[in-house]
Amino acid sequence: MAILRWRDPFETRAFTELNRLQDEMNMLFDRFFGERAPVRNAGVFPAVNVAQDDDNLYITAELPGISGNDLDITVEEDTVLIKGERKAEPEGEDVSYHRRERDEGKFSRTIALPTRIVADGAVAETKDGILRLTLPKAEEVKPKKIEIKVG
Amino acid sequence: MDKNLELRGKKEMESKGELTQRRPVFIPAVDISENKESLILVADMPGVANDGVEIHLEDSELTIRGRVMGEEQNTTPVYTEYRSGDYYRSFTLSNVIDQQRIEASMSDGVLKIILPKAEAAKPRQITVKAG
Repeated sequence: MAILRWRDPFETRAFTELNRLQDEMNMLFDRFFGERAPVRNAGVFPAVNVAQDDDNLYITAELPGISGNDLDITVEEDTVLIKGERKAEPEGEDVSYHRRERDEGKFSRTIALPTRIVADGAVAETKDGILRLTLPKAEEVKPKKIEIKVG
Repeated sequence: MDKNLELRGKKEMESKGELTQRRPVFIPAVDISENKESLILVADMPGVANDGVEIHLEDSELTIRGRVMGEEQNTTPVYTEYRSGDYYRSFTLSNVIDQQRIEASMSDGVLKIILPKAEAAKPRQITVKAG
């Protein structure tokens, strides 16, 4: 099982901040010019995308051929564990293969979340081979608006 | 079975011509098998729904195309490990296929096409008439 860190603790703080800044700049340019987003690689199956808005964190993963029944998802307040198995297609009789590029097997991935979430409110759904997790952010990490009193 | 799934990056297609849309196109991983009656093609195309699939067979060239209907979301990416895009791949078939009986289905982002082989041309006996 691999644990993915959001900020590499071995990097100096300044350097991490610089990376973050670079990522954010890239993202800004990408959105402006419609170009590709920087893609990172955790080296563990499945690849996930994490996004957020004010209220929720969203995790998506491409899991073709894996139905909800083959998935086991555990949510804690700062980590998500996705476990599952992709089963091989049943082979008929007298079948010979020309190409076999699709893998089967088990997987297990832990994702450390960038903010705390309310585990009880987590929702998972699969559609067309894509898993989507909606994780409500903990109240204390939600952005707050402060009203300014006009004297 | 205790085999573990390994991460494999999506293969992006390098298009020969320029595409009208500026979105990536990926080459789906496929299994192609054959039995006595038919060729069976299975392709991973996560994010593609039933109506996003296009299958084209002309002469012996089979083309599959999958379109991802992504709804626009007002979310800010935090971490990106994969990109979404359409799928495209084409094959040259060595068998003659009975086009009328091709079946295709989509389930959990996996396309399965069954291509029945055409009945082999039956041998004909030709009698040469003596003139």
